[in-house]
Amino acid sequence: MHEIEMNPSPKVSIKFDGQTLQANEGETVAAALLRQTHLAFRTTAVTGTSRGPFCMMGICFDCLVEIDGVPNKQACMTYVENGMRVKRQLGAGDTGVFLSDEEDTQ
Amino acid sequence: MKDHYDIAIIGTGPAGMAAATVASAHGADVLIVDEQPEVGGQIYRGITRQSIKDRTILGDDYYKGQNLAGAFAASNVDHVSGATVWQVSPEREIGISKDGAAHLLTADQVIIATGAQERPFPIPGWTLPGVMTAGSAQILLKSSGITFSNAVFVGTGPLLYLIAYQYLKAGVPIRAILDTTPKSNRLKALPHLPGALSHLGSIMKGWKWIKALKSSGTLFIEGIDDLKITGKNSTEAIEYLVQNKWHRIETSNVFLHQGVVPNVNLAMASGCVYHWNEQKLCWHASTDEWGSSNVPGISIAGDGGGIGGAIAAEYQGRITAYQALYTTNKIKKQERDINVLPTRHALAHEMRIRPFLDAMFRPAVQFRIPTDDATMVCRCEEVTAGKIRASVSLGCAGPNQLKSFTRCGMGPCQGRFCSLSVSELIAEARNISVNELEQLRLRPPVKPLMLAELANLSTFASEDT
Repeated sequence: MHEIEMNPSPKVSIKFDGQTLQANEGETVAAALLRQTHLAFRTTAVTGTSRGPFCMMGICFDCLVEIDGVPNKQACMTYVENGMRVKRQLGAGDTGVFLSDEEDTQ
Repeated sequence: MKDHYDIAIIGTGPAGMAAATVASAHGADVLIVDEQPEVGGQIYRGITRQSIKDRTILGDDYYKGQNLAGAFAASNVDHVSGATVWQVSPEREIGISKDGAAHLLTADQVIIATGAQERPFPIPGWTLPGVMTAGSAQILLKSSGITFSNAVFVGTGPLLYLIAYQYLKAGVPIRAILDTTPKSNRLKALPHLPGALSHLGSIMKGWKWIKALKSSGTLFIEGIDDLKITGKNSTEAIEYLVQNKWHRIETSNVFLHQGVVPNVNLAMASGCVYHWNEQKLCWHASTDEWGSSNVPGISIAGDGGGIGGAIAAEYQGRITAYQALYTTNKIKKQERDINVLPTRHALAHEMRIRPFLDAMFRPAVQFRIPTDDATMVCRCEEVTAGKIRASVSLGCAGPNQLKSFTRCGMGPCQGRFCSLSVSELIAEARNISVNELEQLRLRPPVKPLMLAELANLSTFASEDT
């Protein structure tokens, strides 16, 4: 990450796997996580290998995460909101183990 | 949102914005829908709220989008943002999903302006976290000012050099540029040079980017014959073959690019006919000079029909809008023709550079059709080139049968990042041309939709009573 001089933007705070991070208002969840150099967002349903954002325009579905308890959300198409809870998605998401917030922060 | 519009436009990139501005100026009742919260498409992404202070980073061509966005903002159209269009039926019934609720509405004329996407770049390791498209590097820069230090840019085509040049302007260190442009392309592009010379400015601009990158001291390797990206759970290195020797560069971020291709899913699922274009190595909409498709009332404007770039898309948007206005009796034939004439000339001029660009940056066959059988082709269902070849040897004739064999193309991306590779791969394995192969059948919903959204469709409920 290399800082480019930007007009200041209001900040929001979101949680990623229990860890709090700052994001700029008006940016996507994928951008907020990439800013913190988180590259792997999920594991695949077929072989369980790691994946992260690839296209950033909503067509590859490789950035799927769980947002506020809902799995299979496209991180590159979802805009950050204060207090949003984002989790890495394991496999298909529908049958995956969802950690509670308590377990999450450990 | 109303139940019915004169003209509905899908996509707020240059084609969609131009079409909406023209259509509403002539009194049509216009709806425009886009997935993003703001207008601009990918090319002018973030144009209405750009917060990068130094305007030279993104450059003048980007800020030209402000004129288009400004005219659009001043026009009287129903703009539904942050919404997904999951179907346009041949009867022009449009399915829209917004904020978890689905809606159905109709329009007399539909203009599909869904733009371009990156061409697949199936090489070993292209699914590793940290490997992204060059387009995504640009989206991150334009929309959030995010860059990655010491990334490796790989591939061919103007967009690759542009984003690397923008990194250079922004002072972001680049680890290397690995140029996969086949050297033989130069000779093949030569016959198209006279036509392209009418765009000397554009050619000089591209040359300036490459020259600046080379003279910046950035490692710039040409003549790449093979590539692989390696890493355990994330990108660790990229290896490249040049002059029969493998080399290795350690990096966490790789940006791939070998041109853009039409984003065809919505139009194809609507029944619009596309044909294989051997010069552009992708599907091309079979539309007439007005952008009208074979489906009555549905037209295609901009890169979603065939790649022409942002300026051409704007012109095509205008032309399809005038035709839609004429068909819906908002203007007379003469008014249509007078208005369209200068735009047609400008469009013809704009397209003159394309044959040169298509030949010069034609991606090498080994980066379109994986030679290594272990290479992933379908990212969603994790189907390798080897599995596809094995299916063909068992008698699989085309991409639709391949679904039954392997589930290839049946994941959430619905073939967007595999269908071109699959078509070329099967055609090669069967020793026929892609044209002789059936196309991957695309059906609505073209984007995943929650069952609950469909179940709550208000239109269905009112039909029941």
